[in-house]
Amino acid sequence: MLDLHGLHIRAALLRLLREFFFERGFLEVDTPVRQPVIIPEQYIEPITAEGQFLQTSPELCMKRILAAGADTIFQICPCFRKGERGRRHLEEFTMLEWYRRGEDYCSLMADCEDLLRFVVLGLPAFEAEKKFETRRLAHIDFSKFLEPAEHITVEEAFNRFSPVPMARALEQDLFDEIVVEHIEPKLGIGKPTFLTDYPVQLASLAKVSADNPQVAERFELYIDGIELANGFTELTDADEQRTRFLAEQAAIKNDQGRQQEIPERFLNDLNQLADAAGIAFGLDRLLMLLTGSDTIQSVVTFAPDDMI
Amino acid sequence: MLSASDLRKGLKLQIDGNPYIITDFEFSKPGKGQALYRCRMKNMINGNQFSKTYRSGDKFEKANLEERKMQYLYHQDEEYHFMDTQNYDQLFLTVEQLGDNVNFLMDNMELEVLFFDDRPIDVSLPIFVNLAVTKADPWVKGDTSGTDTKPVTVETGYQLQVPPFVEEGDKIQIDTRTGEYVTRVKE
Repeated sequence: MLDLHGLHIRAALLRLLREFFFERGFLEVDTPVRQPVIIPEQYIEPITAEGQFLQTSPELCMKRILAAGADTIFQICPCFRKGERGRRHLEEFTMLEWYRRGEDYCSLMADCEDLLRFVVLGLPAFEAEKKFETRRLAHIDFSKFLEPAEHITVEEAFNRFSPVPMARALEQDLFDEIVVEHIEPKLGIGKPTFLTDYPVQLASLAKVSADNPQVAERFELYIDGIELANGFTELTDADEQRTRFLAEQAAIKNDQGRQQEIPERFLNDLNQLADAAGIAFGLDRLLMLLTGSDTIQSVVTFAPDDMI
Repeated sequence: MLSASDLRKGLKLQIDGNPYIITDFEFSKPGKGQALYRCRMKNMINGNQFSKTYRSGDKFEKANLEERKMQYLYHQDEEYHFMDTQNYDQLFLTVEQLGDNVNFLMDNMELEVLFFDDRPIDVSLPIFVNLAVTKADPWVKGDTSGTDTKPVTVETGYQLQVPPFVEEGDKIQIDTRTGEYVTRVKE
């Protein structure tokens, strides 16, 4: 459980994030946490609630709001993913998501750099109010948030850090293992790093690059080897999205024996959406980095162990 | 059967007929990728270690381990003999199986013997044991050499460093986890 100082630091982060988006004219939205249909994703297992699901991300609802005409929106909300427990994972965690209509993933990467700068430069004002002890943050080297970000494509990262090339890792189903063991620990050392242009097989809900049909316009942000965010240019072609959902649905059925429905109203609304970009940012992990904490459990108000 | 989501530090598993304990564990999950369960495993019989990353679908068998209260009797060469205090069954473990534990075994001592599939594989000693010092250099008052410990030998033949005031015939308490001196015991 967070002590009073920890609560003030967490509250300062929440306030700074809201100020950041308000200053830029974003609309704050809040969408239902419990949903009858969610995105079928092979490796994200939902927690069920009375025949419905706790959201694994607010993505579906937020894109429907974009389709309804909103330009820039953000949300800070709890998300739930079954079985995710570790130093950087909780089954319930706090997500910050934002979306921009008419933009692509490059705008989101620029947002990330601005946001990190805004938060890091804004925190001392809260310290000055004596809301929390200055020494709590005194040992943190904030320069790693402020340096100009590095951009590296997934393929380059494999060339630089992996014992096997990306193509072979994909072929042999070793992609995730290699990313975790050889690549992630090398990313974001001393500066924010964007790992960009994921192979199309791992496009998820991202749009395939116009320049290179082998990659999707998707990126992840790393600092100190910690994955902070996943963003992409949204795939807005409803037919293509349906094809991908069907593949995920089949994989879920095969892996978990679970029948997951296709979100039809989302696909229908997607027809109203032209270009857009969106990002999911792990708020708790940012707090880990800002406070130099080793575990996500130590930056949330109550960790699971504090509840029993 | 256990599944990957049951894996955690300290869990004991049976792999290829051998008992293993997970000595290090980390859950990771890259981006939209799959859950990975990275484990460091130690063979509970021979101490061999390996690291392996498991995935969600992987299944595991719990190691069939049992502790029984036994009494240490005596040793003959490399064989250390124990007796079950319930049914008086006797068995022995080798020096190799016991490792550093042989340093702290005293006749008639009660302890737990660990069985894997009814085979004895290890013992768990009390955390602290009291042993008599059988050999020690005398403490020279006014010794200005600056050293604050000296070597002694205890009744089991084990040698360790102790404060200079410990003398031959003293009983000392030793922490069996570290093998280090704790205090002198008055009896």
